[in-house]
Amino acid sequence: MFFSFDLLLEAVLFGVLLGCFYAAVSIGLSVSFGLLDVPHVAHPAVMILGSYFTYVLAAYGLDPIVAGVLLMPVFFLLGILIYRFYYETFEKRGTEASVRGLAFFFGLAFIIEVGLILGFGVDQRTVQAAYIGSSLELGEYRIPYRMLVAFGVALVLTFSLTLYLSKTFTGRAIKAVAQDEPALRLMGANPVRIKQWAFGIATGVSALAGAMLIIVGPVEPAMDRLYIGRTFCVVVLAGLGSMTGTLAAGLILGIAESIVLMMTGASWAPAVAFGLLLVVLGIRPQGLFGR
Amino acid sequence: MAAPLLKVQGVSKHFGGFTALSEVSIAIAPGERFGLIGPNGSGKTTLINCISGSLRNDSGSIEFEGKEISGLAAYRRTRKGIARSFQIPRPFHSMSVLENLLVPYEYVVHLKQSDAEQQAMEILRRIGLADKAHAQANQLSQVELRKLELARAMAARPRLLISDEAMAGLSGSEVDEVLKILFSLNAEGITIIMIEHIMQAVMRFSQRVICLDAGKIICEGTPATIVANPEVQRAYLGA
Amino acid sequence: MKYWIGAAAVLVIAFLTALSGLNEYFFYAAFIVLQFMVLATAWNILGGYAGYVNFGTAAFFAIGGYTAVVLFKWLGAPLAVQIAAAALVSGLLGFGVGLLTLRLRGIFFAIATVAIIFIMETMMVNWRYVGGATGLQLLRPDVTQPFASYTRMLFVVMALLVVIAVSVARYVQISWIGRGLRAIRDSEEAAECSGVPTLKLKLFACTVSGALMGAAGAPMPMYLSFIEPASSFNLNYSVSALAMPMIGGTVHWIGPVIGALLLGSIQQIVTVTISSEINVLVIGVLLVLFVVFAPDGVLGLFKKLWPRRS
Repeated sequence: MFFSFDLLLEAVLFGVLLGCFYAAVSIGLSVSFGLLDVPHVAHPAVMILGSYFTYVLAAYGLDPIVAGVLLMPVFFLLGILIYRFYYETFEKRGTEASVRGLAFFFGLAFIIEVGLILGFGVDQRTVQAAYIGSSLELGEYRIPYRMLVAFGVALVLTFSLTLYLSKTFTGRAIKAVAQDEPALRLMGANPVRIKQWAFGIATGVSALAGAMLIIVGPVEPAMDRLYIGRTFCVVVLAGLGSMTGTLAAGLILGIAESIVLMMTGASWAPAVAFGLLLVVLGIRPQGLFGR
Repeated sequence: MAAPLLKVQGVSKHFGGFTALSEVSIAIAPGERFGLIGPNGSGKTTLINCISGSLRNDSGSIEFEGKEISGLAAYRRTRKGIARSFQIPRPFHSMSVLENLLVPYEYVVHLKQSDAEQQAMEILRRIGLADKAHAQANQLSQVELRKLELARAMAARPRLLISDEAMAGLSGSEVDEVLKILFSLNAEGITIIMIEHIMQAVMRFSQRVICLDAGKIICEGTPATIVANPEVQRAYLGA
Repeated sequence: MKYWIGAAAVLVIAFLTALSGLNEYFFYAAFIVLQFMVLATAWNILGGYAGYVNFGTAAFFAIGGYTAVVLFKWLGAPLAVQIAAAALVSGLLGFGVGLLTLRLRGIFFAIATVAIIFIMETMMVNWRYVGGATGLQLLRPDVTQPFASYTRMLFVVMALLVVIAVSVARYVQISWIGRGLRAIRDSEEAAECSGVPTLKLKLFACTVSGALMGAAGAPMPMYLSFIEPASSFNLNYSVSALAMPMIGGTVHWIGPVIGALLLGSIQQIVTVTISSEINVLVIGVLLVLFVVFAPDGVLGLFKKLWPRRS
């Protein structure tokens, strides 16, 4: 298979931008599944819900990123509600409820997907903004502005969340509850409240991720299935509970997908995430930086 | 000693950056009554997990009846004759008490159901759960669950029985009951490793005791030696 | 013994019904409901008995269909051979996925099954021999005797597959394998320490489950005279195969049958009277409702209303 070095470089460049975007999209899952151990297969569906809300707000003239930021507190509350419900119904009851918890989240994802189809139809939706449609020209390479915007937001999001988790008191409490819940209880902190808060943050972040999603490209209700692959691939490859790993894993996925896209066109690129996920699960399930 | 039943040599286990076990070595003679003590988090259950196969040791070797078992899956080790009870009871909660015992009878001893049921009832009688034989496991009290743990381990007809805090929460007379059962099992030739926090039980039962702290053995000897050892006192009571 | 008499009776009834003068539409609808019975029963062997949630039913089902198409197109194979081959291929797929992920926690197995849907669908979309994304038209062979139509014959074939699937599930349930799977579901660690070869049993359940799903998928291309990726890999199969046993009851082989009958009938009615999207929403909502409020399913509700010594 012959391809030019230039094309490869362009693919890698695009892959880096895409990878950071994937990392930002997965970071919510890194918290909810990686740290809190919630089998949150509905994470991509919630994110796409965010995309559609962004679409609605953008139709009123709001810039999509602004819309995403405005949605964050709303989704934060939604996250708290979901976690509370999950905890009361499933986690409290112990391991026999784990199958049901998983079935619950699949059901939730499904309901969201079908709800969106009923509300918006199966067609793809996009948003308009000044930075969507044009590209930055850097020598021989053209980088779409929307990718740069997503890249920028993604970096800010990833770094702020990582800093939050390592520098603030609540953030460190979240990491602590992931590692040693009994110890945390002994210190007087309420682990359920902390987990609830963390899940809320993860979901709030998903709102902004959803906004970025619709900036980067068109969305449709069934996309959550594809993103189950991408987000879980990133989270598993990173190693559960590793925030910095999420960035590295995102980059690996982004570059891999980008190269496959260049070599085979759009037909095989979606399978890359799932294929990579299976490989990681088979060879090194603890991921790159797993705890 | 003559050929040890269980020989643990230089076993280490890490979880990420945390070292749970560091170069632990023990040799247990056939028919011995062996006590394992240590403060919470010292690595006792991790060691048991490595011996029973629930965890793989990162380094070192574990030999049972002269053969290396560290690469074997847990179920194979049970079939070779190592049985354990769990510190936090893990009953098969959808099954009756009797059925819980049928699992090891079917999978380790390979008995016909009718024979298995008979022998299982005998164990239940011995341990004092006979009247609950047909009760569903998730309806038992904490104390009964601990007895079920022990009964299930006994049903596997082990040569080495590891009892992981089987007496936690039991009253004085219940502790005596369980000790009596363990003594009689030992009299039948079963080697027993007992992990306990109830000191008087460990000291009455064990011929030899080791004390773990932070993944390392800090003392090994007879119960009298252990109790008198200042390091052990320090580990339990703090500096 | 009572079971086998019942099973034989079911087959006889199915056969006679197919010869009767009932409306053709009945057989179109009943075929689908019977198909869901097989899928639900197959899912329950791994999901209900062992507690490992498979979300990739659509993949095993579709690959069964595609295997049948390949054998039909390449060798003109009769339906029985198509079904056997489909069971073999989907069984192998189940074994492969299981080998890769059943050592890990349940959620990783579930995600891996989602991955399989995607990967298999992408492969079929890119394979021109079976029609790629646009699909393939198929000509049904003329063999329908003694039935008045091909659909009636497929109805009887599916009834036979239901009996086979349920018999397998029943055997697994009441045998020592079933107790081992239940031990795995209740406490995998304790099961392993009680001598249960957990990985082997899980692989067995996964392989059998996959094979039955493939068998259920094999007659589909003949039923539709058509095969294409989008409808074959439809997520509705995955959700239904999961919802039906969870709603019917997972501990006993009759649970998935009840669930399939109930939900399958609801699906047929809703799709015809309202829309197919609403139908799919109904399944999702019912699943969540049951999982939250009635975790033991319809069977569990019966036990509560009519308690008797077990």
